[in-house]
Amino acid sequence: MTDTVLEVRDLRVEFPTRTGILTALDGVSLSIQRGEILGVVGESGAGKSMTGLAILGLLEPPGRIAGGEIWLSGDRIDTLSEREMENVRGGRIGAIFQDPLTSLNPLFRVGDQLVETIRLHTDLGKEQARARALELLREVGIPAPENRIDAYPHQFSGGMRQRVVIALALCAEPELIVADEPTTALDVSIQAQITALLRQLCRERGTAVMLVTHDMGVIAETADRVAVMYAGRIAEMGTVEDVVRRPRHPYTEGLMGSIPSMHGDVAELQMIPGSMPRLDAIPQGCAFNPRCAHAGTRCRTEVPRINGTGAACWLALEGATE
Amino acid sequence: MNRTDAILEAVALERRFDVSAPWLNRVIERKPRQTLRAVDGVDFQIRRGQTLAIVGESGCGKSTIAKLVTGLYEPSGGAIQFHGDPNRMQMIFQDPYASLNPRWRVGRIIAEPLRTLRPETSAVDLGARVDELLRTVGLSPSDASKYPHAFSGGQRQRISIARALAGDPEFLVCDEPTSALDVSVQAQVLNLMKQLQRDFGLTYLFISHDLSVVRHMADEIAVMYLGRIVEIQPKADLFERPLHPYTRMLLETIPDLKVPNRDRKPMGGEVPSPIAPPKGCSFHPRCPLAFDRCMSERPVRNADVHQGRVACFAAEETRK
Ligand SMILES: Nc1ncnc2c1ncn2[C@@H]1O[C@H](COP(=O)(O)OP(=O)(O)OP(=O)(O)O)[C@@H](O)[C@H]1O
Ligand code: SF4
Ligand SMILES: [Mg+2]
Repeated sequence: MTDTVLEVRDLRVEFPTRTGILTALDGVSLSIQRGEILGVVGESGAGKSMTGLAILGLLEPPGRIAGGEIWLSGDRIDTLSEREMENVRGGRIGAIFQDPLTSLNPLFRVGDQLVETIRLHTDLGKEQARARALELLREVGIPAPENRIDAYPHQFSGGMRQRVVIALALCAEPELIVADEPTTALDVSIQAQITALLRQLCRERGTAVMLVTHDMGVIAETADRVAVMYAGRIAEMGTVEDVVRRPRHPYTEGLMGSIPSMHGDVAELQMIPGSMPRLDAIPQGCAFNPRCAHAGTRCRTEVPRINGTGAACWLALEGATE
Repeated sequence: MNRTDAILEAVALERRFDVSAPWLNRVIERKPRQTLRAVDGVDFQIRRGQTLAIVGESGCGKSTIAKLVTGLYEPSGGAIQFHGDPNRMQMIFQDPYASLNPRWRVGRIIAEPLRTLRPETSAVDLGARVDELLRTVGLSPSDASKYPHAFSGGQRQRISIARALAGDPEFLVCDEPTSALDVSVQAQVLNLMKQLQRDFGLTYLFISHDLSVVRHMADEIAVMYLGRIVEIQPKADLFERPLHPYTRMLLETIPDLKVPNRDRKPMGGEVPSPIAPPKGCSFHPRCPLAFDRCMSERPVRNADVHQGRVACFAAEETRK
């Protein structure tokens, strides 16, 4: 068995519309190792959530995987049936979304929801499953879980609810957790508690985590490696340290400069001119070329591609853009 | 601060909300009336041409202050004194969806304040101004003919910023103006707001939950917790020498891109319910410095302690 938990190869997601086919993801390749947190960062519409949904088999029709492969610990999962995929979700892959209430049923006690999920994916009996649920609640930091296990979701605060969702995602000891903006709806003092929890789980259980977020600060403090997405493609991939401190893609560089810091003042934040293209107007060649100060003829005609680490930029790849 | 410097002053400002259950439930379940003190005795002044930022976590009362300042709410106690031209106070709201009329084209939405304030403006000048404003906020003049629903949340917020700027304001109340925007768009808007402030001597009341944004924008920063200002200081002092334990914990908790710290210890506990805030200092259940006095008595900002910049008994003990 290898240590690669998730491998996505050349993934392409399309949305057929009345006016033509929109390409939402184009040539996305990434992998996550056991015990590793991969951050997937980008601005709204960059395709980061779409990547997570495609992996979870949750693309909203008519969206569909039109190319590429998704492998989970050596098993191909993008070709599984809807039924088979339901078992993988909640079983081998856990999901955490921005709004905890999308994962929790408001009508059922959290304990019952945990027990049901545990029993669905393991052979534990009722009593054992309840003991396991208690243990999980304790592990994710719910104080006095024996008093809380029979409460309903609305009786928990936002931060505690997100902890319950994490417990739910952990029920079947998943190999991979896809967490889409898990801290975005939470207060800053609670955000740090949740990211610390994710890191701890990943370290202690060896779970691979795909952390999708727009917040570079969260990535910088939580992830091991990061993929920066732009217009449905990966613009840059590398260790957090490299991407944050030595960004090589002009988009990443601009993005880093546009973020105000808690330490030190700048008179002006760096600005990237223009805005990200809509899916129906992605420019030829490098999708970033109209906004890029270095763009040359090659950038306007040929798509720069990376396989694994690096920057999808002709300047970074070839040292020239002509 | 000299009184005449201040364009706006809040004095012992209070806003309470009645959040009781309906009358019948109260009678049947024998529940008392419940009052929520959203803003609970707040004092501040804003100097002309400067930016006062209010920062704090969700529900601490920031938006309520914005609504009190702009007159959308009446104070339940205390007062607001505005020494500027009331026609030139504008507000940018937190929620870009609720604040734009869905049946109006964007051009009309943006032109509206201008048309009201200066009805003599010609259609050509109005159009040119709308084009200019759209460009300033990163949209295109062709967007003037579209309806708000054609835009993303971020783009709608830019439209409301353009509308606020159209009225040629002197005082802007900005409630989370960039919270809905992507960081690269946020940078464009923050830079723009700073430039407008320089060019036209604007005064901002700038509300945000994001301390790094606040650091970038503010001259002075007020930190709120459960309806009260626990600390208020010039920006540089606040970041160099935070006085309140809550401020210190916030500064230590927030992840930072440029100086990441993976061994950060998150702040424990949660913000308590504002309906039944803890007795004494409402921060005491989470405070590492709390001692017996904090559980019974409420700390206030005291001019003898750090020039009235902090409401904390521990800070009083170490006063300078
Ligand atoms: N109209 C209202 N009726 C009852 N309670 C209210 C009302 N408006 C605000 N509150 C309550 O007052 C408190 C302060 O709310 P406010 O909106 O000012 O917080 P905020 O600091 O702006 O939070 P956020 O960061 O989430 O925008 C909250 O507990 C809120 O639920
Ligand atoms: S008054 Fe007491 S509890 Fe409140 S912040 Fe100061 S030391 Fe902590
Ligand atoms: Mg608010």
